[in-house]
Amino acid sequence: MIPPPLVLDNVTLAYDRHPAVHHLSGRFAPGSMTAVVGPNGAGKTTLLRALAGELRPDEGRLDRGGLDSRAIGYLPQATALDRAFPLTCVEVAAMGLWRAAGAFRALDGRERARIEDALRTVGLAGFARRPIGTLSAGQFQRLLFARLLLQDAPVLLLDEPFTAIDSRTTADLIGVLQRWHGEGRTIVAVLHDLELIRAVFPDTLLLARSPIAWGRTAEVLRPESLARARLMAEAWDETAGPCTHGEAVPPLAQAA
Amino acid sequence: MLLDPLLDFAFMRRALVGTLALALSAPPLGVFLIQRRLALIGDALGHAILPGVAVGAALFGLSLAAMSAGGMFAGLAVMLASGALSRTGALAEDASLAGLYLIALALGVAIVSLSSAQVDVLQLLFGSVLGVDDDALLLMATTATLTLVSLAIMWRPLVIETFDSGFLRAKGGRGAAWHLGFLVLVVLNLVAAFQALGTLMAVGLMMVPALAARFVSATLGGRVVSACLIAMAAVFTGLLVSFHADVPAGPAVVLTAAVLWLAVMVAGPEGSLLARTLRRPHLAG
Repeated sequence: MIPPPLVLDNVTLAYDRHPAVHHLSGRFAPGSMTAVVGPNGAGKTTLLRALAGELRPDEGRLDRGGLDSRAIGYLPQATALDRAFPLTCVEVAAMGLWRAAGAFRALDGRERARIEDALRTVGLAGFARRPIGTLSAGQFQRLLFARLLLQDAPVLLLDEPFTAIDSRTTADLIGVLQRWHGEGRTIVAVLHDLELIRAVFPDTLLLARSPIAWGRTAEVLRPESLARARLMAEAWDETAGPCTHGEAVPPLAQAA
Repeated sequence: MLLDPLLDFAFMRRALVGTLALALSAPPLGVFLIQRRLALIGDALGHAILPGVAVGAALFGLSLAAMSAGGMFAGLAVMLASGALSRTGALAEDASLAGLYLIALALGVAIVSLSSAQVDVLQLLFGSVLGVDDDALLLMATTATLTLVSLAIMWRPLVIETFDSGFLRAKGGRGAAWHLGFLVLVVLNLVAAFQALGTLMAVGLMMVPALAARFVSATLGGRVVSACLIAMAAVFTGLLVSFHADVPAGPAVVLTAAVLWLAVMVAGPEGSLLARTLRRPHLAG
């Protein structure tokens, strides 16, 4: 199960014509493990949504090498979901088996065992029958991680997966990510913790709407690049005219 | 004595059987509408059905088939129009529904007033147990059966679509199709119920028990079952109240359901006033 590379060719993603990701080119190699970092409003979530197939580029080309969007596992920020919904943990985790089970088929014993396994892996053993309304924010995030585990996807997109999660569970979940990496899956994760990124992620994309640097983590997370990323104006320019740059601006720092 | 009307009158038995059938199919739809934060859509569709029913009656007289077909058509039209309006992005779906249902209600009353057919507006809006003839009973039973079977089939995608529509879309689960199918069931149930309960009050059988169920169970399945039980109790009691107190069936059933809602809000097992007030000793772990 070797996924195709995800190739971006001068991609611009915009809301109301204002660019959220501006002239981004590069590729996520098969089996790579990349952290996406940048200030608030830098376009990180927008980029993940485009990779997941939820958004179309306003300009440029995003080539997923024919990969079906159903084969992409996407962990959105947990805040988007209604945690008062009357569902139990096992019911939410089981959604991860949608591709295998579809709309109608009952789950067999082996699949039920996989759900139990996934819950155990994220530290939620014994939570199967608990209503999701009783979970803490961190526990709910782990539950979404279990659902992602069950999707068994060759490409995984994670949006701030460790927000509100304690350090022990974060360590466990990073173990899961590293196992996936070892299995040759492509992983793209939006993160804020630079120490964690340096320790765990071989590659990093530093984004401040426009790309600042993309490559080996040690090369990307240099003080001068981080300082440039911080200079990004967070507000849109309400008076901006049409963009006349055909290619990446400012020039992408070529990290080795 | 209290039950005499049911023993003495066939029309009461028909109304009871028909509304009991709908008490099994409409409340589960209400539970899903509430979870989708579309509680008002039932109201809007209830109003929307009226002009269709009125046109059916004006053109073909008081024929059940014509009125039901008209109601079904009008309900689906308003549902699709509001969806299309909200997709233009200028208005949220609930705002466009609020506009559309007022127009539909006004149009319905105007058509009824203008038509030569002797249609009683109050009866259309609030229902009459006398309206349930054999054909209406058949429509109600068929609707209930179709709804329950459809819900059983679409349960999993509907739950996922309601909880996390983005996830289902990403997995290629055709979320919009399930949602549309679900709304067709909503319209169908409202149309089937209007003879007995009226176009406005039919929504009550769908929504009020579903609201009450929130105080009975913490799980979706539990809420569906308890909403049905509450609706059945409301239908049974409401029809008897309607007969003895001589009020239209629709309001009697909805008010009975409202009393049950109040009861579980005060003393139900989940999050009721009583449950929150009673401090039970905490557990060891």
